Amino acid sequence: MGFITSIKMALRNIKGNKLRAFLTMLGIIIGVSSVIVLVAIGQGSTRSVTDSINNLGTNLITVNITTTDPPFSLDNINAIKKLNGVKNVSPVVSGRVTLKNNNEDTTEEVNLLGSDPAYKDIRILSVSQGRFISDIDMKFRQKVAVIGSTVAQNLFGNRSPIDQSLLINGDRYTVVGVLASKGGSMGQNIDETVIIPFTTAQRFLNTTYIQQFYAQADSAKRLDFAMLNIERYMAQVFNYDTDNYSVFNQQDVMDTMASVNRTLTLLLGGIASISLIVGGIGIMNIMFVSVTERTKEIGIRKSIGAKRKNILLQFLIEASVLSALGGLIGVGLGIFASELYGMATGTAPSLSLSVIGFVFLFSVAIGVIFGVFPANKAAKLPPIQALRFD
Amino acid sequence: MADEIIRLQDVVKTYKMGDHVVKALDHINLIVHSGEFLSITGPSGSGKSTLMNILGCLDLPDDGEYILEGRKVNQLKDNEMAVIRNQKIGFIFQNFNLISNLNALENVELPLIYRGWGAKQRREIALACLEQVGLAGYANHLPNQLSGGQQQRVAIARALAGTPPILLADEPTGALDRRTGKEVMDILEKLNTDGHTIILITHDMEVAQRAKRTVRIVDGRLYAGEEADHGIHHIH
Ligand SMILES: Nc1ncnc2c1ncn2[C@@H]1O[C@H](COP(=O)(O)OP(=O)(O)OP(=O)(O)O)[C@@H](O)[C@H]1O
Ligand SMILES: [Mg+2]
Repeated sequence: MGFITSIKMALRNIKGNKLRAFLTMLGIIIGVSSVIVLVAIGQGSTRSVTDSINNLGTNLITVNITTTDPPFSLDNINAIKKLNGVKNVSPVVSGRVTLKNNNEDTTEEVNLLGSDPAYKDIRILSVSQGRFISDIDMKFRQKVAVIGSTVAQNLFGNRSPIDQSLLINGDRYTVVGVLASKGGSMGQNIDETVIIPFTTAQRFLNTTYIQQFYAQADSAKRLDFAMLNIERYMAQVFNYDTDNYSVFNQQDVMDTMASVNRTLTLLLGGIASISLIVGGIGIMNIMFVSVTERTKEIGIRKSIGAKRKNILLQFLIEASVLSALGGLIGVGLGIFASELYGMATGTAPSLSLSVIGFVFLFSVAIGVIFGVFPANKAAKLPPIQALRFD
Repeated sequence: MADEIIRLQDVVKTYKMGDHVVKALDHINLIVHSGEFLSITGPSGSGKSTLMNILGCLDLPDDGEYILEGRKVNQLKDNEMAVIRNQKIGFIFQNFNLISNLNALENVELPLIYRGWGAKQRREIALACLEQVGLAGYANHLPNQLSGGQQQRVAIARALAGTPPILLADEPTGALDRRTGKEVMDILEKLNTDGHTIILITHDMEVAQRAKRTVRIVDGRLYAGEEADHGIHHIH
């Protein structure tokens, strides 16, 4: 019997009992769509984590210092700048401040960052108006400020903020630049930040030591090398007491996050796959019922000359068509639900064709595997016994 | 006389139901020649259907031999039996046994589907067979949209589609009224004239009379010709 004829016959049997076919497929539909949705969400979040970490800066090494004894100073920073593999170093000091514009009619709470000219390159910032902090600003502890785009909008509206004055906790500063908008990532939003020279900030915040700095390796390949040199230097400064400081790089964080995410995606996909298998058992159940119900039909077909393999194929194709149909509906539903999730949460779930293809084939395979037992039962029925059944 | 097409030798079939043993067929010997029209009569439970199922290769005897066109059926494999059912035998049942979700045409096409024929050829032949039984206009009707007589005629068309040499009819008129039963018998008679070998089971003596030869089964034993009267005597 022809393959096409078999598929047509299976489709007719499914059409003849739509509700039951739908209920049979339900397990597969739910399984396929949940695998697709969960994997899409998982992969989407992996991608957004990777993107946002990259957004912080490339080849970035972060050093935190937790002690003031011995104090870590700009001299130490300059020494680190000279280490092999290190391209740039930038000390940072941060705090929460209140901003007022020159008319004193708008007030805002923002993050203050004290840093030096290198910070711009290390954090891949660009200036949309004016300029960034300069070496001269550093040297003379100038009261100048570079502001984030949101801050500029909130304080100055459509006026140009350049050369306007700004009150930071009541202290008057001159705005020299506005940063291009970059959006927030990893809990830091540069758009809502005001940056002043590091030296000015030290005085302003009344500290003399450095508690955090960023270093940039000169290439991705030399990241580990640069990190090692920095660690060695830090160890010397702090007398090998590693409790006093920590050194880590963005790549490590990214790798960890990505691997956690991958594991989570796999886990979720795996759990959803179990529902696919349960769906397969549903198909098997219905196929067994179907074989019993249609015992008479099997007898008739055999009396007319159907061979075992014809009957086997008929039921196998029916199970596969059921599961393939369920798979198709599941894929549609999965894509729809992923998009819906993306719209609702403002994230971008990543639908990959290979995952969709794999899940679809998996569902068809499940139909075949779980269809084998009932189909085999049907094929082995002795014709006379099947005919007498009613 | 024409060639021998069917030979049963000492065929035995017993059914065991717990302690109870039923000898459904008790050493049956029967020879049927090509082109014959044979009727088998007998009381209910005497073994007629059991015999027919063996003749139709739906079942195998416990003992004895069944030789169909010179081949020993007992020794055939499952698939070979299927091929014989498909090519050598057309079965007509009392309760029609049409597949309910296929229309008349598709039911008639079935034997050809299992023969692996293409759709166009199948359709042509199936339509011709439906026409032969006077149902040309009913190709798209489902079985439950047809009367009993029409259903039986579809079943006959299906049995004919593969042009098998042997037609087996197990009480084909049993579920029909007298008039439609007569129509079905007319068709069978015509098919016999066309050269089909027909074996017919019936309760109805009037129907049996229309066959050229009659045998009778009583309690699993076969009685031929005048012996048949002896058979009736036997049960009294
Ligand atoms: N599968 C079976 N299991 C047990 N006993 C059976 C089976 N098939 C038939 N029999 C028994 O074998 C005997 C012959 O049955 P069969 O169906 O051949 O009778 P029949 O002559 O066709 O009767 P009817 O005219 O009522 O159709 C009966 O006693 C019946 O009970
Ligand atoms: Mg019977």
